[in-house]
Amino acid sequence: MKTKLAFAAALLAATMLGGVANAKTLVYCSEASPAGFDPSPWSGGNDFDASSRTIYSRLVEFDKGKTTISPGLAESWTVSDDGLEYTFKLRPGVKFQTTDYFTPTRDLNADDVKFSFERQWKKDSPWYEYLPGTGWEYFTGMGFPDLLKEIVKVDDLTVKFVLTKPEVAFLPDLGMDFSSIVSKEYADQLEKADTKQQFTQKPVGTGPYQFVDYQVDAVIRYAAWDGYFGGRQKIDDLIFAITPDPAVRAQKLKAGECDIMSYPAPADIEGLKADTNLNVEEQEGLNIGYMAYNTTLPPFDKVEVRKALNMAVNKQAIIDAVYQGAGQVAKNPIPPTMWSYNDAIKDDEYNPDEAKKMLEAAGVKDLSMKIWAMPVSRPYNPNAQRVAELIQADYAKVGVKAEIISYEWTEYRERGKAKDRDGAFQLGWTGDNGDPDNFLFLLGCSAIGQSNYAIWCNKEFEDLLQKGKATTDQAERTKIYEEAQVVFKREAPWLTIAHSKVFMPMNKKVSGFVMDPLGIHRFDGVDVTE
Amino acid sequence: MFRYLLHKLALIVPTVIGISLAAFAFVRLLPGDPILALAGERGVSPERYAELIERFGYNRPYIVQYLDYIGNVLTGDFGISIATKRPVWGEFMALFPATLELAVVALIIAVAIGIPAGIFAAVKRGSWFDQATMGVALTGYSMPIFWWGLLLIIFFSGYLGWTPVSGRIGLQYFFRPVTGFMLIDSLIAGRPGAFSSAVSHLILPSIVLATIPLAVIARQTRSAMLEVLGEDYVRTARAKGLAPRRVVGLHAFRNALIPVVTTIGLQVGTLMAGAILTETIFSWPGIGKWMIDAIGKRDYVVVQSGLLIIALIVMAVNLLVDMLYAVINPRIRVQ
Amino acid sequence: MTDQSAGEGTAATLPPEPRNRGLVEFWHYFSMNTGAVIGLVVFTLLVLMAIFAPLVAPHLPDEQFRDSLLTPPAWQEGGKSMFLLGTDAVGRDMLSRLIHGARYSLFIGLVVVVFALVSGIILGVLAGYFRGWVDALIMRVMDIILAFPSLLLALVLVAILGPGLFNAMLAIALVLQPHFARLTRAAVMAEKNREYVVSAKVAGASHLRLMLVTILPNCVAPLIVQATLSFSNAILEAAALGFLGMGAQPPTPEWGTMLASAREFILRAPWVVTFPGLAILITVLAINLIGDGLRDALDPKLKRS
Repeated sequence: MKTKLAFAAALLAATMLGGVANAKTLVYCSEASPAGFDPSPWSGGNDFDASSRTIYSRLVEFDKGKTTISPGLAESWTVSDDGLEYTFKLRPGVKFQTTDYFTPTRDLNADDVKFSFERQWKKDSPWYEYLPGTGWEYFTGMGFPDLLKEIVKVDDLTVKFVLTKPEVAFLPDLGMDFSSIVSKEYADQLEKADTKQQFTQKPVGTGPYQFVDYQVDAVIRYAAWDGYFGGRQKIDDLIFAITPDPAVRAQKLKAGECDIMSYPAPADIEGLKADTNLNVEEQEGLNIGYMAYNTTLPPFDKVEVRKALNMAVNKQAIIDAVYQGAGQVAKNPIPPTMWSYNDAIKDDEYNPDEAKKMLEAAGVKDLSMKIWAMPVSRPYNPNAQRVAELIQADYAKVGVKAEIISYEWTEYRERGKAKDRDGAFQLGWTGDNGDPDNFLFLLGCSAIGQSNYAIWCNKEFEDLLQKGKATTDQAERTKIYEEAQVVFKREAPWLTIAHSKVFMPMNKKVSGFVMDPLGIHRFDGVDVTE
Repeated sequence: MFRYLLHKLALIVPTVIGISLAAFAFVRLLPGDPILALAGERGVSPERYAELIERFGYNRPYIVQYLDYIGNVLTGDFGISIATKRPVWGEFMALFPATLELAVVALIIAVAIGIPAGIFAAVKRGSWFDQATMGVALTGYSMPIFWWGLLLIIFFSGYLGWTPVSGRIGLQYFFRPVTGFMLIDSLIAGRPGAFSSAVSHLILPSIVLATIPLAVIARQTRSAMLEVLGEDYVRTARAKGLAPRRVVGLHAFRNALIPVVTTIGLQVGTLMAGAILTETIFSWPGIGKWMIDAIGKRDYVVVQSGLLIIALIVMAVNLLVDMLYAVINPRIRVQ
Repeated sequence: MTDQSAGEGTAATLPPEPRNRGLVEFWHYFSMNTGAVIGLVVFTLLVLMAIFAPLVAPHLPDEQFRDSLLTPPAWQEGGKSMFLLGTDAVGRDMLSRLIHGARYSLFIGLVVVVFALVSGIILGVLAGYFRGWVDALIMRVMDIILAFPSLLLALVLVAILGPGLFNAMLAIALVLQPHFARLTRAAVMAEKNREYVVSAKVAGASHLRLMLVTILPNCVAPLIVQATLSFSNAILEAAALGFLGMGAQPPTPEWGTMLASAREFILRAPWVVTFPGLAILITVLAINLIGDGLRDALDPKLKRS
C-alpha cells in the first residue's frame, strides 16, 4: 500500500514538474462545447462564454457583474433628440488579434462595425448565409431587422446608427453578445480564399484573449492578447476544459484539474463548500422556475382549481430535495432581486386539507392529469423529473392522480406551446436584462403560442403590461408591475416554484472573478496566485 | 478464396444499401423538427422557417432527398451538422481517433489478459485457478459497465485520487494532434510526463471498455482450447511424449485460434456499444458521446451520417474477420 | 462413469417415458454444475422477491419520507434502521425500491425474450425452410440490424418511439431478435434434409406442420441457451437505456433508471449509486450462471468432455 502511494505521489510530482512554466494558467471547467466561435449566430451561454466574452469586444460593454453599461470600442456617443440617431466615436488604435492564421494590417474602424451588423441583417451580404441555415436568431429576436434603418460610416472612427423608431434599450442591446465587433479585413481575406467557414472556426477579435486551439468536445485554449486595448490580462493561458457532467466537473475542481467551474449540481455544493482549497461564490439567480397550467382546458380554466393545486404542493420540500437548499420558494413571477418585486404578496399556503376541500367545492373529483418534466437541467430547475415526482406525491394526497411525461428538449417546448396541451407544464426563465418586462411578457396575450405556456390571456394583466412598456418613469413602472403581480397571484396561471441561486465554485488561488447576473462567465481581470 | 470473397462482397452490397436506407429512414421517423431544433430556445419566425425548409430541401419528396444524400455521400460529403455547421465528416474524423484509441487499447487489454487466462484455465481444468478465472470472467460478462465505470471513478479518482477524473491528457500539455492518438502524439511531442499523463487518463476508461470483451475472450479461449485438447491429434502428440507446453502452444492453441479470432472480431460491435456508455461516463471526446449528443439535440444530419459511418465500419471489420477466418481455416474457402 | 450410472439409477425410479427420461438426464447434468445451481437458487429467490414484492418490501416504493432525504444505509453513521439500505434524494427507501425494481427487470427480460424468440423463430423458420428470396430478404434485414451496434440502434429506436419502458423493451427485442432468426435458420437447414423430415414430407405433411411440428422441436436446445443469454442481455440493455434516460421513466423503480437519477450523488451519497448496480449485476450473473449450466447440459458435444 505504502509503495503504491509513493508511486502515485511520484507520478503526480512528475506530472506537475512537467507542467512547470512561468506562464499563468487558468483552467475553467465549462459545461458544453461551443457550436462555434462566431459570436453572433448562436444563442447559448456556453457559446458566448467561449467567443464573445473572451475573443471579442463590443461598442459598449456591460459593467462586470451588473446590467449597466460603459464605453467599450466606442469612446463616446451622442443620441439625437428624437432618439433615432446614435453616433459613436470609436476608440482609436484598437488592434485586432494577430494569430498564426491572420495578421491585421489596420486598426479597428467604422467598416468593421458596419460589417458586424450588416452581415446579420442584409440578406444580400455574402456572409448572411455563410453558415448554412443560420438564422441570426439573437439579432432577429431583439427586433434589429425592423429597428435598424441604416448604419452610416461617417469617417473612419465615426459610425452612425439610424433607427426606425426610438428604442430605450438600444445601447444595452449593443452590449449583448450578438453585437460583438468582428474584423472585416479578416472576413474579406477568407472570402477571397473561399474559406468562409474558417470565420467561426478560427476567430479573430479585439477582446482580452485570442484563440489558440480547439479540440472538439474537449479543450479550448486561449492566450492573453498582448495588444488588448483594455490592457494585457494577467493570465497568460486561459483553458476551457469541456466537461458536460456536473459531478465530474466538481471532482475535477477538487482534484485541482481545473480552477473554476460553472453550474455545479446542487447535490455537490455542500461538499465543495467543505473543501478548504475552494471558494464557492454564490448569487441570487435572475430566474424563475414554474409550472404552467393550461388555463383554457377544464378544469384548469377555473381559478379555484389552479389555486387548490397550488396549495397542494409543498414547495419547501422541492427546495430541500431538488435545489438542495440552493434556492428559495417563489411567490411572484419575477425574482426578488428585480426592481418592482412585490414583497407584500402572500404566497398560497401549503394546505392539502384545504386544497382537497376546494377541489371538492369546485366539483372536481378523481382528477387525473399530466405533469410535464423537462429533460434537461437548467439553473432555474436543476431536475424537473424530481420536481415532478414530488408534486406527483403531493397531488396524490389531495386525490389527484398525476402522470409524468417528458420529451426531447426541442420537442418538449414545441408540444408545450400547443393550445390544447394536456397537463401542467414545467419550465422557467432566466432574465436577459434587468427589466421586469423581460419576465412578465412571458404571460402576455401576444406570447400565446410562443412563451406563454399557461395560454393565459387576462385583460387586466395585459393592460398593465402594455402600460408598463409605454411608461418611462421607473417609479411609475414599479407601481404598474407591482399591481400586475397582484393580478398574477390572484389568477394563478402558474405554480411559481423557485428562484434558484447560482454558484461558482473556484480554487482559492483565483481572484477577480465576478459573477454575472445574466449568467455570463467573463475572464477579463481574473488572476491566479501560485 | 477469391470466389469466397466475391460471394461475401456480393452479399454486402444489398446490406449497405439497406443500412443507408435504414439510417435515412430512422432520421425521418424521429419526432421533432430539424429546423426548430436548429433554431434553439428562441424559436424561429414562420417566414424564416419556410426559408430554411426550402434551403435544406426538407420539403422535397423523400426519394429525392435520399438519392441526393447518397449522391453526396459517394462524393465524400456527409452533410453539415445542424448544431455546429461543421462538416459531419470533419467532426467524425476529429473525434474518431479518441474512440479508436480507447477501443484499441481496450481490445489489447482484453486479448493480452483474456487469451492467456483462457489457456491456463483450460490446461488446468477444474483447478481453483480455472474456477476463479471463470467466475471472474462470468462476473465481468454480467457487468453493467456504466455502473462499473462509476464505481472505478468513485474509488480511484475520488477516494484514492490516483487517476485523473476525465479528459485525455493533462491540460498543461498542449500539442496539435498529429495522429489523433494521444499515446502516440504525446511521444511525438516529446514533453516529459506527457506520455504518462496520457496513460493515466486512458487507464480507467479502457479497463471499463475492456471488461466485457475480456470476459468473452477468456471464456471463448477456454472452451476452444478444451475442445482442441480433447481431439485425437493432441492426444497423439501427448502420447508421443511431446512436452506439454509444446502441445499446448504449438498444436492446440493454433487450432483453438480460429473461433477466438472470430470472437475478437465480433467484439468490435460490442466495443462500439460500450464506447457510448464509457465515453458518457468519462466525458471522453469520442464518437459514442457525439452520437448520444446528436440524438439528444436532434442533429439529424449527424445522426444519419453517424449511423451510416459506424455501421459501415462494423461491417468492414466483420468482413475483415471473415477473410482472416478464411485464411486461418482453409476448409471454409471451398464452402 | 460412476456419475453416469447414478444418473441412470435415478431415471429408473421414474416412469420410463422418454420425455421424462430426457428431463431427468438433463437435470442430472445441470445439477452437476455448482455455479448453475447457485444461479438457479438466486434467480428463484429473485423471482419470489419480485412476485411478493409488496409483502417483502418494508415500505412502498414511491413513498417519500421527506424528513429523511439521502439517509445513509443503516450500518453507516447517520443511518436509520428503518431504511436498511438508505434513502434516495426524495426520501424513498432504497431497499423497497430495489425489491420492486426486480419486478421490472425480470418483466423486461421475460417480455423481450418472448418477443425476440417468437419473431426470431418465425423469421428463421421461414428463411431456413423456404430458402430462395425469402431467405435472402430476411437474412439481409438481419444483417442490417446486426451492423448497427446494439445499444446505438436501441437508442435511435427509442428516440423514434419516445422514451418509456414499453418502447425500450420493443427496441431491445428488435435488436436481439436476429440472433434467434439466425440460429433457427441454421438449425432448420440442418434438419430439413434429415430422413425423418423427408419421410414426413413424403407422407404428405403440410408446410406448416413440417415447419412447426416436425422440424422445430429438434432445434430447441440452442434456442433455449440463446434465450437465457438474451434474458440477461435484455436486462443489461434496458438498464443502459434507463441510465441514458431513454428507458423506464422516473419514478419507476427500474434499476437503470434509478442509477441515472442517482448519478449526481456519486460523491455525496455513493449508496444510491452502488446498490442498483449491484442488483443488476447479481441478477444478470445468476441468469448467466444458469445459461452456462443449460448450455453444458443441453450441448451433447460438451457433455462428456
